[in-house]
Amino acid sequence: MAVTLTPPRPARRRTPDRHHRGATRWIVLVLVTAAALAMLVPFAFMLLNAFKSPGDYSTNGPLSWPTEFYTTGLRTYWEQVDFPVKLWNSILISGSVAVLAVVVSLLSAYALGIGRVRGRLWIIGLFLLANMLPQEALIYPLYHFAKEAGLYNTRLAVIIIFTVIQAAFGTYLLASVLGAFPRTLLEAAALDGAGRWRILWRVVLPNIRPTISVLLVFFFIWTWNEFLIPLVMLIDNSTQTVPVALASLQGDRLMDAPTTNAGALLSLLPAILFFLIFQRTLARGITAGADK
Amino acid sequence: MASPDTAARPRAGASPPTPTARPKRRPSRSDAAYWLYLLPGALLFLLVIGGPLVYTGYLSLTKWSGVGDPTFIGLDNYRNLLTDDVFWTSFKNTIAMIVAMVVVPTVVGLLLAAVLFDTIGRRFRPRTAAALRAAFYLPQVLPVVVAGIVWGWILRPDGALNGLLDAVGLGALSHDWLGDPGTALPVVMAVMIWVQIGYPVVVFMAALERVNPELYEAAEIDGAGWFRRFRAITLAQIRPETFVVGLTCTIAAMKVFGPIYALTRGGPENATNVPSYFAYFTFFKRLNVGYGSAISMVLTLIIVVVAVLFIRAQNRAERRDGVL
Repeated sequence: MAVTLTPPRPARRRTPDRHHRGATRWIVLVLVTAAALAMLVPFAFMLLNAFKSPGDYSTNGPLSWPTEFYTTGLRTYWEQVDFPVKLWNSILISGSVAVLAVVVSLLSAYALGIGRVRGRLWIIGLFLLANMLPQEALIYPLYHFAKEAGLYNTRLAVIIIFTVIQAAFGTYLLASVLGAFPRTLLEAAALDGAGRWRILWRVVLPNIRPTISVLLVFFFIWTWNEFLIPLVMLIDNSTQTVPVALASLQGDRLMDAPTTNAGALLSLLPAILFFLIFQRTLARGITAGADK
Repeated sequence: MASPDTAARPRAGASPPTPTARPKRRPSRSDAAYWLYLLPGALLFLLVIGGPLVYTGYLSLTKWSGVGDPTFIGLDNYRNLLTDDVFWTSFKNTIAMIVAMVVVPTVVGLLLAAVLFDTIGRRFRPRTAAALRAAFYLPQVLPVVVAGIVWGWILRPDGALNGLLDAVGLGALSHDWLGDPGTALPVVMAVMIWVQIGYPVVVFMAALERVNPELYEAAEIDGAGWFRRFRAITLAQIRPETFVVGLTCTIAAMKVFGPIYALTRGGPENATNVPSYFAYFTFFKRLNVGYGSAISMVLTLIIVVVAVLFIRAQNRAERRDGVL
């Protein structure tokens, strides 16, 4: 992933910068650009070695330019882990969690933020704490119960677990968003004879759509990147997710350096794709919390 | 990973109680109807979070291998923890993780964000600043395990780092970076800085957008240098974001698991072990469920205490400044 820099031009709208600043800002630019390029070096290494044959790697080492454009590593990884299945598992799990968690958060937040049920501050605090818990504090009982319930090694178990974990955060966030929801809108709808259920879907939801879309994207990506719970819960080829598949092949002797890099490349492509697609939403979300 | 916690979270306590705002014509009868909306969330919460947490608490008082019935042994697991070197090492390493995932990224991120926003964004084109920001943020986008595996390979004895050292004539420095207990922890810390740095940069740059540019211009006219403007304006204006970054990154650092699993599995000789990996290993490799539960409960307790302290410090700072 190379970042091409547009040739910098001095800002025109400024009055001509006085004396010393001219040279300093170029030095600053060079230093920051060097740091940014250093951040990308691991990606460059990975790209360079993902298209190298194992023989080429062992004779010429990790830094040489590939002697041929070798794609067998990519194909080996693709077939060895049955990558399309992993991709589908990740999409299914992350997509279901994003939608279900948003629905659950919205329902709870409706009661807390708009219904203002008694003890809501305690309840919101509880959800906030739940969000901070280390997953180790839940994992063994979840693993044990899932086995008892016949849900071990099913995607459904992981979907249910992450729906709740993400909804804990979503409830906390939406409760504070809905706490500031304009009362007049609700009262007007109530005067028109709309019941609570109708108000939720026809009045509240359309007004907080931007927040909802930020939550959908975050839940999807967070779930996609999760590791511990899928690692424990999903143990065979037909259920594992993209990150777990890569990690579980890591220990294998089969994984020579080029295949490792090819696998890493394939596994990060979807993440980069989401990043590009959702860049705007993510930037909005990052500021959503801190803005007043 | 961008550990899930490292994406934006709203400011803690953002929902102020408004006891007087309760509409009078809403009697407690309607309260009951709203409880129905809380029902699905509450049931799921009890099933997946509340119940398992309490059960882990119970298991921490037992001896259990995962089959048969747990034997109640009181506080023995906790007593054993106190004399367990691995336990203490793992918590000591948590401090290293906080340095690598909170302290360094926050400080460097503040400087970088200020430089990108102030110097580069304004003296050059904003697109230049955006492209540079994307480069710093990229590691945050990938699944942290993928990052761990790429780094694991780079740091292998026959990996790219040693290759690079050879190429520039520093072959003598070649090393089994992750295999040597002396270098493993610093190297893991460096990787975590690489993973984490983009988050504060992006949050702080967004925060700077809402700072009134006239403040900077006025300060400039008054002859304030870059560093004085940074200290007096930037730091003061974006303190709420600094709290958010500090809290979310600290919690992520205390929970870190994926990178350790992918890079070192806590080795060599526990040099990079952390509580969450130690708990995982104790649960699933040593099949000592009671002991693993005790480790998890201690970790949970510490996280909750740290979070509460953070939020209280934030509230106190806000009250001192008046309404922000």
